[in-house]
Amino acid sequence: MNRMDQALLELSEMDDLASMDSPLHRRHPAVKLLVTVFYIAAVVSFGKYDLPGVLPMALIPAILFAAGGIPVSTCFKKMRFALPLVLAVGVFNPFFDRTVFIRIGGIPVTGGVLSMLTLMAKGVLSLMAAFIMMASTGIDSLCAGLRSLHVPKTAVSLLLLTWRYISVMTKELSVMTDAYHLRAPGQKGIHVSAWGSFLGQLLLRSMDRAGELYSAMRLRGFRGEFYYAGGRRAGVRDVLFAACFAAAVLVLRFVHVGELVGGIFV
Amino acid sequence: MHMADALLAPGTAALMYAASGTAAGISIYRLKKENDTEKLPVMAVTAALVFAGQMVNYSIPGTGSSGHMCGGMLLSAILGPEAGFLSMIAILAIQCLFFADGGLLALGANIWNMAFYGCFIGYYLIWRPIMRSGWFAKNGGGASAIRSRITAASLLGCIVTLQMGAFSVVLETTASGITELPFGAFAALMQPIHLAIGLVEGAVTAAILVFVYNARPELIRDAEPVETGRSRMSLKGTVIVLAVITAVTGGCLSLAASSSPDGLEWALFGNAEEGYGANMGLDEESFGIESPAAKRAEEIQETTSFLPDYSFADSESAAGTSVSGIAGSLMVAAAAALICLAGGFFRKRKKQA
Repeated sequence: MNRMDQALLELSEMDDLASMDSPLHRRHPAVKLLVTVFYIAAVVSFGKYDLPGVLPMALIPAILFAAGGIPVSTCFKKMRFALPLVLAVGVFNPFFDRTVFIRIGGIPVTGGVLSMLTLMAKGVLSLMAAFIMMASTGIDSLCAGLRSLHVPKTAVSLLLLTWRYISVMTKELSVMTDAYHLRAPGQKGIHVSAWGSFLGQLLLRSMDRAGELYSAMRLRGFRGEFYYAGGRRAGVRDVLFAACFAAAVLVLRFVHVGELVGGIFV
Repeated sequence: MHMADALLAPGTAALMYAASGTAAGISIYRLKKENDTEKLPVMAVTAALVFAGQMVNYSIPGTGSSGHMCGGMLLSAILGPEAGFLSMIAILAIQCLFFADGGLLALGANIWNMAFYGCFIGYYLIWRPIMRSGWFAKNGGGASAIRSRITAASLLGCIVTLQMGAFSVVLETTASGITELPFGAFAALMQPIHLAIGLVEGAVTAAILVFVYNARPELIRDAEPVETGRSRMSLKGTVIVLAVITAVTGGCLSLAASSSPDGLEWALFGNAEEGYGANMGLDEESFGIESPAAKRAEEIQETTSFLPDYSFADSESAAGTSVSGIAGSLMVAAAAALICLAGGFFRKRKKQA
C-alpha cells in the first residue's frame, strides 16, 4: 500500500467515525470547535515544568472518548506525524537544563527532563482534543459550524470542495504511482526525467476537469454558496455542554487537582 | 515543518492567527472584487492535486534520497497569490483536522510559515519580478527565456520562502519559551536543513511548471513574453531590490537575536559569578579560562573566525550584530546565485550535446 492509499484509508476512517451517533456527535459543531480551542489553549498555557498540572487535564479527553465511543488507538496512530517534531524540540532540554528539581528514590530529576515530559504531555493532549472534535463532527457539519461562526463563505466553500476533491485526486495519483513503479521496479521515486510530466499531466487534466465541474455546479444552481444540512442553531443541551466543559477546564487549570488527590494518599 | 500545539504559547498562537487571518481576509476581499465564482472549483481541484502531489516521492539523482514539491509556489504561479494562499489554507486545515499534521491552535502559525511566505513573498517579490524582467533574454528570447525564468523563479522562490518559514518556526518556538535550545543553535539546526529541502523542492516545482508552460502556456501567471526594452523591471533592478530586502531582513532579524550568552556557551564555559563547578563540574584549574588549553584554543579561534560571536571583533555594538546578519544573508544569496548559474550551465551543455 502506498502513502496515498494510506491517506485515503485514514480519510474514510475519519468519515466512519464522524457518521456514528452519540451524545457528543449530536452537539453543535461550532460549540465543539470553540470548546476544543479553549481546552488546547488551557493545556498549552501551563508552565514548562508543570507536569503535575498538565496530567490531570487528560481527564476531559478520557471522558469525551468514552462519551463519543471513539477508539483511542486510532488517535494514537495519527500522532506519528506530529509528535516527532515535538520530541525533536524537547529532546534537547535535558542537555541544557540540568538543575535538579526533585529526587525520586535517589534518582535526580532535572528541570530539562521535566520540561521535556511536560512538552510531550501537552502535545499528546492537544492532539487528542483536536482528534475528538473532528472524529465526532465530520467535514459537512464542521463547515456548517464555521459558517455559523461567520467565517467567509469563500473560505468555507473552498475547504469543503477541496476536501471532496482530495479523495478523487489522491486515488488518481495512487493509481499513477503504482503504474509508474510497476514499470520502474527497484526505483525509489519518480526519475528526474519524469519530474515535470508526472504531476504536470495530471495538473493539465485537472484544469479541464475543474471547468467541467464548474459547469455542472452552475447547472445545478450554484451561485457561490453551499447550503449545509447540518446547519441548525445551538440548543439548550449545547449551551449546557459548553458550560460544563468550560467549568471542567477552568477547575483543572486553576485548582491543583494532582496535589489534592496526592494529599489524600500521601 | 508543521508545528504542533505544544510548541506554541497561547499568546504567540493568537498573534499568528491574527496575522494569517488578516492576510486571508485581504485575499478573500480581493477575490470577491474579481467576482469570479468560476475560480472556486479550479482552486479546489488544484489544492486537492497539491495535497496529493506532496505525497509523491521524487528521486534525487546521485543520491539515495527523495524529495517533494513545494505547494505554495506552484499554487501562486498557477492561481495567483490570493487564490493560492486560500488554497494553501484549505490544504493545511485538512492536514491538521484529518491527519493530525500540525495543531489546531498552531494552524495560524502554520499558515503563516508555509502559505504566507510561499504565496505572497514568493509571488510578489520573487515570481512576478523575475517573470517580468528581461532575464535570460540573450538565451534566444521567447519561450526558452521564459522557461529559464520559470526555473530561476521557482528555485529562488522555494529556497527563500522555505528559509523564512524555517526561521519563523525558530522565532515562534523561542518566543513561546518552549525549548532550552538557544536561539542561535536552533536556527543553525533548522536553516541548513531547509536550504537543502528548498533546493530540491524548487527543482521539482520548476520541472512541473516548465512542463505545464510547454503544454498550456496560458495557465502560468506572468508568462507572456515581455519585450526587454519595455519590461517593468530590468535584471539589474530586480537584483538590487532582492539584495536590499535580503539585507534588511538579515539585519533586522539578527538584531532581534539575543546578545546575551546563550545556553550552550553558558553550560560549557560558565558564568563569572558562579564559576565552572556550578555548571559542568569541570575542574577550574585545568579547564577554566585561565588554563593553558583554553588560552591556546582562544588564540586559534581568534585567528580563524571571520565574525566571532556574530559580531565584529572588538565591537559590542548593535551595528556589529547586524553586520554579521547581513554578511550571512549575503552568503546565502551568493549560494543561491551560484546554484542558479550552475543550472544554466548544465542546461547549456545539454543543449550543445
